[in-house]
Amino acid sequence: MLNNLVNSIDPYLLQILVNIGIGIILALGLNIITGLTGQLSLGHAAFMSVGAFTGALLTIKLGLPFYLTILLSGSITAVVAALIGWPILRLSGDYLAICTLGFAEIVKVVFLNLDITNKALGLTVPLPPSFLPMPIIVLIVVVLAIIASAFIQNSRFGRALMAIRDDEIAAESMGINIARYKVQSFAVSAFLAGIGGCLYGHFLGYINPSDFGFLKSIDMLSMIVLGGLGSVPGAVFGASILSAAPEFLRFMSQYRMLVYGALLVFLMVFRPNGLLGGVNFTDLVLRKLGVKPHLATHKQEGQ
Amino acid sequence: MALLKLDKATIRFGGLVAVNGVNLEVEEGEILALIGPNGAGKSTIFNLITGIYAPTEGKISFKGTNISGRPPYVIAGSGIGRTFQNIRLFSQQTVLDNVLIGAHTRGNWNLSGALLKFLPAVRREEGRLLELAIHCLSKVDLAHRAFDLACNLSYGEQRRLEIARALAIEPALLLLDEPAAGMNPQEKQTLLTMVKNIREAGVTVFLVEHDMKFVMGLSDRIAVLDYGVKIADGRPEEVRSNPAVIEAYLGKGAH
Ligand SMILES: Nc1ncnc2c1ncn2[C@@H]1O[C@H](COP(=O)(O)OP(=O)(O)OP(=O)(O)O)[C@@H](O)[C@H]1O
Ligand SMILES: [Mg+2]
Repeated sequence: MLNNLVNSIDPYLLQILVNIGIGIILALGLNIITGLTGQLSLGHAAFMSVGAFTGALLTIKLGLPFYLTILLSGSITAVVAALIGWPILRLSGDYLAICTLGFAEIVKVVFLNLDITNKALGLTVPLPPSFLPMPIIVLIVVVLAIIASAFIQNSRFGRALMAIRDDEIAAESMGINIARYKVQSFAVSAFLAGIGGCLYGHFLGYINPSDFGFLKSIDMLSMIVLGGLGSVPGAVFGASILSAAPEFLRFMSQYRMLVYGALLVFLMVFRPNGLLGGVNFTDLVLRKLGVKPHLATHKQEGQ
Repeated sequence: MALLKLDKATIRFGGLVAVNGVNLEVEEGEILALIGPNGAGKSTIFNLITGIYAPTEGKISFKGTNISGRPPYVIAGSGIGRTFQNIRLFSQQTVLDNVLIGAHTRGNWNLSGALLKFLPAVRREEGRLLELAIHCLSKVDLAHRAFDLACNLSYGEQRRLEIARALAIEPALLLLDEPAAGMNPQEKQTLLTMVKNIREAGVTVFLVEHDMKFVMGLSDRIAVLDYGVKIADGRPEEVRSNPAVIEAYLGKGAH
């Protein structure tokens, strides 16, 4: 039945929708390390690449069930991120950005030279049999990623990340183990990038290490900057627009990057916090429902 | 045994000896003030105690354990809360979130807790932290501002919010770096009462402050620092009449 539903959608539209879905997963992932924790990663495409190749190899060599492949791609990518995050997340600002950039280039060069990744020829990825059609799987992952991101943001874990983003010295003085939280945040972020990469590879049917270069990383960054760093609805919104934009700007494909760049410059000038930055949706809803002002009655307690 | 003990604590920044062989004990339950001219090394002593800097020489122990050289998050977790002379709030976050971050060490659930938010155990912990945060806010009379952004508070309120955030650690020792700076006389009076109440609730208070009236009205004991060296230590009236202190403040030949 679901297959019929999916088949009834125009294939071109479906392809755009799946691209948007994968874009959202990637953007939500990057949002955790860069938006919430404030650590600029310029090499996130590398994690997408690790996830894509891990997923492809699990399918090709081991023929694992698709759902297991998705989970494993994310997990292995997270482990890789934790391993390289441990030394480099001690660096701050520009140094960290340069390191992530370098790491991404190294991953690309390594994959371009390994036999198992078929060097510069890339891999053809068969779509493993699964009960659910691919677009539905992507939709489910998107929903789960949105829920997880929202949960993280409103938790003790998320508060620690945002404290690190806003003031490391104050965060440390409140008992937050900065190094540990940065690595965890990086791993969670890479987990989503890895899953995004795995889905991307299986959906497209072909991957090449050069697909995951610097421009891909910048694409992801643009999504969360456009939507507003640290905002879950912002990441969804930014990813949707920028994943769909290339299609709508196809008629002027030569000038696409130009328009893109101009839009981002305008954004930085007129709305530096992103389109949805600084809008607290939970808060808006709670206030509308009249839940929040209650707490004012605690005012004189315990004096 | 003293709650906090500085044993010949020394730190050098290049050629400058910012804190020079300071011996100091903070007794449990007291309010101790550290005073001294600008640049005397008062804030640096707080940074040594909280692990922002490690002492070049000497030893700092808290509750009998040597804490010198330990990272700040470990020291905070062992029960030392602090405020900053230059306010360091998470200014784009709400007042409540600031204090919830202060309550970090009072919780345990991490990433798994975030993803399993609906588990009763996680919800209980969140509820407990929220209650603690509101309680700390009410101690500095800020509970009614819980949902405002920290940056929208007045200067005096921001100083009080820093105290609430530090209290959320449920510290045994609270370090306040110039808590009354920038406040008007009424605000200072209110703050004085608040700090006294905090001590009554069982928290030992160690503060740095320039306002002498405030210090005299609040402290059980005063230590004086000049050029990184401790030059006096005693009850307020002793310290006030100490010739070395008068000289440090007014210059040679003032008496
Ligand atoms: N990180 C640092 N590097 C170099 N010098 C420093 C550093 N921190 C403090 N100092 C120096 O140490 C001395 C003591 O500074 P400190 O901030 O502790 O003074 P203070 O007693 O708190 O003064 P104030 O009353 O103005 O706050 C000053 O000369 C200061 O310039
Ligand atoms: Mg100072």
